[in-house]
Amino acid sequence: METRELTCIRCPIGCHITVELKNGEVKNITGNSCPRGADYAASEVTHPERTVTSLVRIKGGERPVVSVKTEGGVPKEKMMDVVKALKSVELKAPVHIGDIAAADIAGTGVNVVVTSEMAAAKKL
Amino acid sequence: MKRDLVIIGGGPAGLAAAVSARKEGLEDILIIERDIRLGGILNQCIHNGFGLHTFKEELTGPEYADRFIRQVEEAKIPYLLDTMAVDVSYDEKNGEKIITAMNSEDGLFTINARAVILAMGCRERPRGALNIPGYRPAGIYSAGTAQYYVNMEGRMPGKRVVILGSGDIGLIMARRMTCEGAKVLCVAELQPYSGGLKRNIVQCLDDFGIPLLLSHTVVDIKGKRRVEGVTIAEVDENRKPIPGSEVFYECDTLLLSCGLIPENELSKGLGVNINPVTGGALVNESLETSIPGVYACGNVLHVHDLVDYVSGEASDAGRNAARYIAGNASDAEGYVIRIKTENGVRYSVPSVVRTGLMPDTLTVRFRVGNEYRDKNLVVYLDGKQLMKLPKRIMAPGEMEQIILVKSKALEIISASDMADHELVIRVEDK
Amino acid sequence: MTDVTIIGAGVTGSAIARELSRYDLEITVLEKESDVCEGTSKANSGIVHSGYDAKPGTLKAKFNVEGNRLIHELSPLLDFPFRENGSLVLALEEEGRVGLEELLERGQKNGVPGLRIIERDELKTLEPNVSDSAVCALFAPTGGIVCPFNMNIAFAENAADNGVSFSFDTEVISIEKKTDEGGGTYYHLETSKGTEDTRLLINAAGVYADVFHNMVSEKKIHITPRKGQYVLMDKTAGEYVSHTLFQLPTKLGKGILVTPTVHGNLMVGPTAENCEDPEDTSTTADGLETVLSRGAFSVESLPRMIITSFAGLRAHEDGGDFIIGEACDAPGFIDAAGIESPGLTAAPAIGVYVADIVRNILKPEEKKDFIQVRKGIPSMALSSDEEKAALIAEDPSYAHVICRCELVTEGEIRNAITRTLGATTVDGVKRRTRAGMGRCQAGFCLARTIPILAQLLGKSEEEIEKSGSGSYYVRGNIGDDL
Repeated sequence: METRELTCIRCPIGCHITVELKNGEVKNITGNSCPRGADYAASEVTHPERTVTSLVRIKGGERPVVSVKTEGGVPKEKMMDVVKALKSVELKAPVHIGDIAAADIAGTGVNVVVTSEMAAAKKL
Repeated sequence: MKRDLVIIGGGPAGLAAAVSARKEGLEDILIIERDIRLGGILNQCIHNGFGLHTFKEELTGPEYADRFIRQVEEAKIPYLLDTMAVDVSYDEKNGEKIITAMNSEDGLFTINARAVILAMGCRERPRGALNIPGYRPAGIYSAGTAQYYVNMEGRMPGKRVVILGSGDIGLIMARRMTCEGAKVLCVAELQPYSGGLKRNIVQCLDDFGIPLLLSHTVVDIKGKRRVEGVTIAEVDENRKPIPGSEVFYECDTLLLSCGLIPENELSKGLGVNINPVTGGALVNESLETSIPGVYACGNVLHVHDLVDYVSGEASDAGRNAARYIAGNASDAEGYVIRIKTENGVRYSVPSVVRTGLMPDTLTVRFRVGNEYRDKNLVVYLDGKQLMKLPKRIMAPGEMEQIILVKSKALEIISASDMADHELVIRVEDK
Repeated sequence: MTDVTIIGAGVTGSAIARELSRYDLEITVLEKESDVCEGTSKANSGIVHSGYDAKPGTLKAKFNVEGNRLIHELSPLLDFPFRENGSLVLALEEEGRVGLEELLERGQKNGVPGLRIIERDELKTLEPNVSDSAVCALFAPTGGIVCPFNMNIAFAENAADNGVSFSFDTEVISIEKKTDEGGGTYYHLETSKGTEDTRLLINAAGVYADVFHNMVSEKKIHITPRKGQYVLMDKTAGEYVSHTLFQLPTKLGKGILVTPTVHGNLMVGPTAENCEDPEDTSTTADGLETVLSRGAFSVESLPRMIITSFAGLRAHEDGGDFIIGEACDAPGFIDAAGIESPGLTAAPAIGVYVADIVRNILKPEEKKDFIQVRKGIPSMALSSDEEKAALIAEDPSYAHVICRCELVTEGEIRNAITRTLGATTVDGVKRRTRAGMGRCQAGFCLARTIPILAQLLGKSEEEIEKSGSGSYYVRGNIGDDL
């Protein structure tokens, strides 16, 4: 039996939750004070996911970089891979919120989309 | 230039106020924004977590701002960018507010407005206010300045980083800097608890193995030209460094995330009464300041934890300003209730309620001064208990609120024989 | 061969350069830092002392009183901020009265005008927030406050406008006394930027003046850097006092002053701590605590709206007085050494005095086209609406606000960078325009000032520094190290 300790992030109380696992399967959850805590703990120990927000370079924009995010969660351990993969992405202004900046980033199957409006720089 | 309503600040507060004033039927509105785009500080907050209350989805800062910017554009509400309001004054004779502003295109100009909404936001507490001893080299930034560099300019303000203060911007920057290749050594927090959201502690620090040192502070900064390191010491219960606990961290950057201060220089120049606790204006139930027709909302009024609450508050201010201009905000018959906060409750917004202008339900927002677990939040009106809310936890980092029901308040007041009516909000033991 | 070389572009060196620039001479100022006003001159009380403090007969006394008079004269001519706000020395207990009387007598001997002792009632009227325990005070109406940066900068700019050349990032490594074919003495300098020969050498090197003096003279001098820590408060506290409040020195040591600054902040300090390291401008927790706790004696309730703290080093010579004049065994080597308080006040008088020495030696012609007047950078914050509109009409960048706390515009920053001896660093811009001096301490304007510097200096943003070599801000692009 494996046990994992974590802090619940569902509300400011921050319960210290203990999860007991057997063969990767949740057997018991203690320390939570509400069902939301149990949900969080179960998913956090079995398949933790994060939305990654970052920047990619952009050509011809008002600024040299534009903000992006993964459209959904990616496995937590893939976060740095996603960030690194984004370094080789370069967009061209103008871009709009929701434009796909990179498809299937770092083999996660998740798309990365633009989160800021960026007009083309005014020509001098 | 004459305008019915001038909104100073085109960040989340100013935008929501403008949209709501227009919905209330007000045509003549102008937003003044000092940056080259609308959206305010949200534009550099590229992380997600915004909008859960307002839009029932998780947005990044720029996306959240864009939702409001679109509404402003669709409603064709005019705005001036890259324009600085440098002074606001009040003409008591005709009730006009005179805004002096400038920009490169129009030069220096004045606008006579019937109503003004103050929505200038807040700024970060600088190193000096913390009185950290040591040298004064390059490499000491407020977390927001570093955020601007990274997220807006794509530049690194440093490579080995110590962060003082566990406010949310500091936590967010710990993750941002790490994800851009910097080494964040630790986050030191003077208080025995963090001022940031749990979620940020887990996802910005724990995920990356960045230690959070509670009850610690920076006691020395080394480096004559550029930061070469900082010394961190543990503090006792009086927040005084404990001799012998000093640890030196070699780093080139110190980020400060030690609190926000409402940016009220214009308000003070105008003569608005300021609450010394919040640093923001004292307002009534309509979010109107001590000067008739001058409203305040968002972080310039009091520092909020979630932008959703800023938007809600600003909508109220916008609607009330529109009603004032339409002549529907004259002092109707009613009672005046002063709100007193005590026993752990630091302040409230509003601080006074005129029942004649009170909506059927009124949200009163406030913060507590300490971390409280398993306490009651108790509200009295004219000595009578109005509500008692059991609270699992209350923390200084989180805003609290109560909803006052007008009919209930009137019921108590009409039965009361007190000349001055007082609402008391306090923390009590269970 | 240069006629005159001055080591140090602080207020003393710059004042001397400005006086010498009246004459037809080839003059060079060598400065180890990247700008003028980088040492003692940038971190002091900014007080124009009236002159009661120094012992009669000392150089300090002489140059203080004369310097005070000159600053009144030069402020409008060279366009640097100065205000005669008057000083008060407080006796916080009855026994202090004797001390005040001594100071009064000293001041009268020194020729300080208008000095008198005032009693509690008058004191309270003049300064309502003064401590209730103040019994009486010495009132010095000619005491004032000045912008130490802009006075220094004004002297240097005016000198440069009159042909003096300034060489920055130039550290003097060694000095050799030499004799030319005609038997005259000259000095050969090794600097970090090459060699230089000069007929006369003026030593205005602040805390390093003993090093240079001792390179050429057998009559050694010794300077101790004496640290002074200060706390600066927000402008909303700036009107808490209107006069400069000194404390009568007591057994506890020299008092801490509480003063408005000429820009409207409130300043408290300094400590007086002897240091080993002539570069040790660090503040300490104890020092800042001392400043606040002792400063609190002077007033009823000292505001705590601190926006920054800093430390400066004064050059204290063992003899206790200024050392000004030709070294006895090194003809043509002229000291302006040991310039501690009241050095800022004395600077213009020292300038005149040293220029006289040079004139007697070299007998130069006076320039017919000497430029007497220097115009400072226009300040939007201090301008009337009409003046603002006029500035913007001429250059729209005067409507583009960069520093919102102090209302400094792009136009002012451009002016600061492009003018004579223009700013090349962020601190240089700050001292000239006040961008970054306000309550947010550059949190907002830093990232907006750097691109203007980069553009006008033709550099990348990475090359822009706070105050010279190694004080960089940004390093590389995001993700470089991933």
